[in-house]
Amino acid sequence: MTAPSFPTFASLNGAPRLTGTPRLLVTSVILTLVAIGGTFLLDPYRNYQLAVIAAYFCATAGLTMLVGLTGQLSLGHAALMAAGGYGYALTANASTDAGVDGVARFLVSLVGAVVVAGLAGLLLGLAAARLRGPYLAGLTLAVVIALPAVTSVFSGVFRGDQGLQIAYDGVPPFLRTLIAVEQWQAWVAILVTSVTVTVLAGLRRGRAGLRMRAVHGDETAARLSGVPAGRVKVFAFTMSSISAGVGGALLCFVTQSVSPGAYTLAFSLLLLVAVVIGGLGSIGGAALGAVVVVLLPWLIGTATAALELPADVEQRLSGNVSVLVFGLLLIVVTAVWPGGIAGALGRRMPRARDQVAAGTPVAPADAPPPAVPVTTSTSSVSHSIPTETER
Amino acid sequence: MSDLLEIDRLVVGYGGAPVLHELSFSIPSGAVVGLLGANGAGKTTLMRAIAGLVAPRSGSVVFDGDVLDDVAVEDRARRGLAQVPEGRSVVAELTVDENLRLGALWRFRGAERERAIDEIYELFEPLARRRSSAGHQLSGGERQMLALGRALIARPRLLLLDEPSLGLAPLVVASILEVLRDTADRTGLTVLLAEQNVTSALSIADRGIVLGLGEIVADAPADTLAADSALRHAYLGF
Amino acid sequence: MDRLLYLLATGLARGAVFALFALSLVLIWRAARIVNFAQGAMAVVATYVAFAVTGLTGSYWLGLGSALLAGAAIGFAVERGVMRFAPQGSPFSGVIIAIGLVMVLQSALGILFGQQHRPMAVPFDERPIMIAGVPVFSPYDLFVLVVAVAVMAALALLFTRTSLGLQLRASAFAPEVSRLLGVRVSRMLTIGWMLSAAVASLAALLLVPTELGLNPHSTDMLFVYAFTVAVVGGLDSPPGALIGGLVVGLVISLVTGYLGSTVAPIAVLVLLVVVLLVRPGGIFAAREARTA
Repeated sequence: MTAPSFPTFASLNGAPRLTGTPRLLVTSVILTLVAIGGTFLLDPYRNYQLAVIAAYFCATAGLTMLVGLTGQLSLGHAALMAAGGYGYALTANASTDAGVDGVARFLVSLVGAVVVAGLAGLLLGLAAARLRGPYLAGLTLAVVIALPAVTSVFSGVFRGDQGLQIAYDGVPPFLRTLIAVEQWQAWVAILVTSVTVTVLAGLRRGRAGLRMRAVHGDETAARLSGVPAGRVKVFAFTMSSISAGVGGALLCFVTQSVSPGAYTLAFSLLLLVAVVIGGLGSIGGAALGAVVVVLLPWLIGTATAALELPADVEQRLSGNVSVLVFGLLLIVVTAVWPGGIAGALGRRMPRARDQVAAGTPVAPADAPPPAVPVTTSTSSVSHSIPTETER
Repeated sequence: MSDLLEIDRLVVGYGGAPVLHELSFSIPSGAVVGLLGANGAGKTTLMRAIAGLVAPRSGSVVFDGDVLDDVAVEDRARRGLAQVPEGRSVVAELTVDENLRLGALWRFRGAERERAIDEIYELFEPLARRRSSAGHQLSGGERQMLALGRALIARPRLLLLDEPSLGLAPLVVASILEVLRDTADRTGLTVLLAEQNVTSALSIADRGIVLGLGEIVADAPADTLAADSALRHAYLGF
Repeated sequence: MDRLLYLLATGLARGAVFALFALSLVLIWRAARIVNFAQGAMAVVATYVAFAVTGLTGSYWLGLGSALLAGAAIGFAVERGVMRFAPQGSPFSGVIIAIGLVMVLQSALGILFGQQHRPMAVPFDERPIMIAGVPVFSPYDLFVLVVAVAVMAALALLFTRTSLGLQLRASAFAPEVSRLLGVRVSRMLTIGWMLSAAVASLAALLLVPTELGLNPHSTDMLFVYAFTVAVVGGLDSPPGALIGGLVVGLVISLVTGYLGSTVAPIAVLVLLVVVLLVRPGGIFAAREARTA
């Protein structure tokens, strides 16, 4: 008699023999549990940072899928995060007025964020599907630059530069003795992010992902083989936008506010930095990128504060040094290391290519990030410009 | 006569198997040489390697005694090595006059430049009537005349001409090649003429080099080649 | 009615600056097929140079001259030092590198000079002249208009009437053929970047004094407006940049005048979306599709 061959705990510990969607789900659950376990090792401020990283990860995962898979370069994902944040805040305030609160209010508001960000993404995606490269980049840039103007013009709804404040979500009563509010926020952020990213990873490895790659490689060829290129691009943009919107909702949940000042062009470019240094198209890279863009400014800030510089010098350095470093990273990674961190790790560890990364990042203080990067080549098709000598 | 162009064990490839295998030959100054062979024999690749547009894997191109390995495309042109690429690369956005002027820029200034341009108009009269037409408005024959005139205007010493007959009526081809032969006789211009149209090429060439899959299969005076029926059947298809 | 005339006049002056900046984007696009997202940041660096030189010497004109030189030098450095390393394989590596450059330049300016807005003086009065009791141009508006028109005319002459211009155009349209004809294409590309960056610096220098003042982000909005102009006119078309600049300048001036300045960015966004959806090739570009 042979032993039955269903998955055992042993196979989960070592090299998992699961494949396809079950493996994705198992990986996702494990990473989520590890991340939630990690929150017990962190102090409240670190847990707050972890929640912010998770929120950023939602946005970067959506962006990396859009840029890496379909080749649509968006500079405006901060605006889509803001759409999610405002959707969340408006629904939350309406719920509060209607007497709903607690977990129900959170879930309803999250749906509000998804709907608003999804609609914004759908509209932008419809325009985006007809554009490529620099045109799409310019359009999305204009969107994020116009964001403060939109909130000012419709200040009746969005309250202008001040933005919206929402009611405080405390720790649910049954957990109150166990954890502090920062840890609770980190839990919520990790859970929501893990669901969002798992959905994205599922799309990425399935038929939808294949179609997105086909559109990126050669749109005409994709059309000829029956892939509806326009619809695929709009779908990708909408999903990416929803993911960013969930990130915005989480940020709003953590900070209890949303305002245009939080979603500037600089922030939008930071999201791009995260996905480029992580490696375009790689979800593990998006996680690493989110960690880097949250922790590096904080580390640099801590370091400059420790130098005890004169007040005016410190004021000039604050913020600017990290932007300088990010700018240099963006240039260097693009020019010499196009696969990003994920690509470089993938080359070192060939086995890693087979594994799927999904789940939430863990602060590097406790453990190395468990998310194993998946390398995706960013378009190897050369888009050389034809010399226009003969027509 | 000394050799103007010397190809020394040239190997060129685009990644996979080489397109040219250790090719060696030389062309004396003043000769008109036909480079013959079927599609894919490596004619265009050889032309591009001589002009510097593709880097050889090994071997050298020697022009007038100088090894050209490290000489950039534009500097090869300035040493007197002109190429008319396949497809009559007229700059479509520029006028006929501007295309010609572009060819003369590095060589002549002021009144001398205007005189050089006028000489080309005398050589190819149809072009003179279309001075201010844009490149994309020209017929195939006019484009070939313009591409050839633009290459000749700087008084090169070696002209690489790739498939001038492609897509043109036989009469037009004949008149263009006749101008070429006259110019070569008059000025001592050396010509390497790549052609699938063997009859046309051999009608003006002194000598023919036949390429077959990246190797030289025959190198002989033009009339010998035209008479060698076995060779014609095997490599030239007529 | 008086107000309309005034708004049209100031819109014209602003439009001329937008057109000039858009023209600089068109120059690089034609030469290198890159939409240079760093153009605004490069121009603001040159404007800081002008600010410093004017501060040291007291002369506006020395500042203006140094801005042009600094712009050309920055164009040279960016092309030779950064853009040359952009991988050719990916369609947006040029855009991403340019954005990295924006972050580097703006943060470096922030570290050196701080984030506060610094007022910039101009040599002409900025109050409008009254003609028959109606306010129209200010002398400064007139100066801006004259300079912009003169520079555009000079560029047109350079490109259509000189050997350098012929080589610049040929290198942009057909680099390989140009090299075969002895044109130093790589040098032409560098010259194109220098020219373009100098023109952009001039546009920034003309606009910044009429805005809030000089700050590392002073040209963010100018870039977006000029990008819109270039898209409206067609990235390949210098006359398109001119007309697009006037359209955007007038739209912004009228919207600001009648609806308030906060609405202006939205109006430009709407214009951009409408043009991209209705006429994806730009109003003047005849052949190039936006999917290039």
